[in-house]
Amino acid sequence: MASVKPALNNAPKYNQQPNPKPEGKKSAITKGIKQWGEVFPFIMIGLIGAVVFVIYPLIKGVIMSFQDYSIIPGAESPFVGLENYKEAFRDEQFKYAVRNTLLNTVVTVPINWFLGLVFAVLINMHFIKYKITFRTLYYLPIITSWIVVAFLFRYLFADGENGLINFLLHTKLGIIDEPISWLQNQWTAMFVIWTFHIWKTVGWTVVIYLAALQGIPKELYEAASIDGANGLRLFRNVTIPLLGPVTIFVLINLVIGAFNIFPQVYFITNGGPIGQTEVLQSMIYKEAFNNFNFGYSSALGVMMGLTIFFITWTQQKKIGNQRYF
Amino acid sequence: MYTTKTSLFWKFVVYAVLIAGAAIFIVPFIYMLLTTFVDNAYTLPRPSEVFSVTPNLDNYETVWNRNNFFRYFLNSLLIAGVSMIGSLFLGALTAYAFARFHFPFKEFLFRMFLFTMMIPVVLAIVPQFTVISNLGLVNTYAGLWLLYIGGGVVGSTFFLRGFFETIPKELEDSIRIDGGGDWRIFWNIYLPLSKPALGTMAIFSFSGTWDEYFVALTIIKDEALRTLPIALMMFQGQHASNWAWIFAASIIALLPVVLIYIIFQKHFVKSGLSEGSMKG
Repeated sequence: MASVKPALNNAPKYNQQPNPKPEGKKSAITKGIKQWGEVFPFIMIGLIGAVVFVIYPLIKGVIMSFQDYSIIPGAESPFVGLENYKEAFRDEQFKYAVRNTLLNTVVTVPINWFLGLVFAVLINMHFIKYKITFRTLYYLPIITSWIVVAFLFRYLFADGENGLINFLLHTKLGIIDEPISWLQNQWTAMFVIWTFHIWKTVGWTVVIYLAALQGIPKELYEAASIDGANGLRLFRNVTIPLLGPVTIFVLINLVIGAFNIFPQVYFITNGGPIGQTEVLQSMIYKEAFNNFNFGYSSALGVMMGLTIFFITWTQQKKIGNQRYF
Repeated sequence: MYTTKTSLFWKFVVYAVLIAGAAIFIVPFIYMLLTTFVDNAYTLPRPSEVFSVTPNLDNYETVWNRNNFFRYFLNSLLIAGVSMIGSLFLGALTAYAFARFHFPFKEFLFRMFLFTMMIPVVLAIVPQFTVISNLGLVNTYAGLWLLYIGGGVVGSTFFLRGFFETIPKELEDSIRIDGGGDWRIFWNIYLPLSKPALGTMAIFSFSGTWDEYFVALTIIKDEALRTLPIALMMFQGQHASNWAWIFAASIIALLPVVLIYIIFQKHFVKSGLSEGSMKG
């Protein structure tokens, strides 16, 4: 299937640069300069953009994390060593933020992955009609704006009898004794945030798995069924192994996505009640733009970046070496 | 799956699960839409009220004419439109450089690009602001465009490079024979053959900047220059309990992205998304 044949497969081919002829170092340098001359008109703007607006700000961010940074032009920003980092471990708010970010990852990634896989497999079953309609509907939350979906969830989980969720659970079904003030309590607020996160993002998992499933060559199933394999065995012995690489890719992205949880919290609870639902990114943003603690905010950002990097690093390498078919 | 016979019972179960799943995604949207038809919703409307409304556009009219919503809509359209075209062009150009040329430090540069994608954006937002501020572009769209296009180039390059590398090099021969150079190959071969990938990127780019809130909030100070997401948040702050207005405004804000999604949906589906995502 075209769609899962990864670029990474092709990459080595393009890496094999023609070896410089053994005429010596000088010709290799001249050749390098000539090659840069050819590619320069195409790469220049992109390179400047990436350096000025991505790479430089990131480096600057790391430097700021060691400073008591002041944004006022001309004001001094003395270096304070690891003070910003030490500060984090004394900060109660930081503990909540770390806990909640990790909890969000642990709770939402498995559910998101499981639901995504199940829905994709079901949509892909041979007798299902309107496959495209189902996929479009499931993907709808993804293309909807975070802010709007946040409004929607606040509305659905509104306090009192008139919030739709309370209305369903209490007035209609009688599962709960009294309407819940969802966003006023730590754990019910967290529940809303997790539900929001899963609802908003599971469509992505469905679409990726669906593409992967549709790319599995029919012949593989035919061959296996000639050998006498039936539905369930086909699934276990053909589908599951072939989905392995995609699964790694999906899981990495789900973990990164869950770790980067930000608008989910910022627009729903804004960290409340009393900072108990704060997560790392919302804390980083608020420390910078509400409290103007740029150095401290950067230190938190660096720690978070390093964590994501180490979580995904080993897997990123693995993906690079995967062969799909 | 490649099973030929499935009992009616199991077909029914599978359909039931899929429809239940779809309902969970759709019902909230329908409830939101119905809420926009409620009159005088100064307090939280009762579900029974919401389910018995008659469709009308009164709230949409109120919202559209009030609070400069029309103005903010045009602002966002301009910002997202220019950013989308800029990102597509710059992304395609840079990806072409990486996909088709050999040059020293190519893979090193590309790895740098990759590396930055794993770092949370929030870390860069303060220094990005100082860069824009040093360029004297605070409170201008030029500043926002630079950040959206320049900051987005890493992702779009990564996304498009993989696609470009699947284009056979033999296709270039006809252009070479005609005496065309690298630019003609870019325009006449790479861009037309990458329509699905470019279409997918167009969706991502447009919806990404259309919804973008945090960068716009730091760069844009002037009320008249505000974008729709900021206006929405402000509007919600002012009319916290008038859900009918809030959702009428929200639906106006959603329309362009949904339209673009439907327009590009066919390409998007075929190969673009999965193709790009496997790489991105």
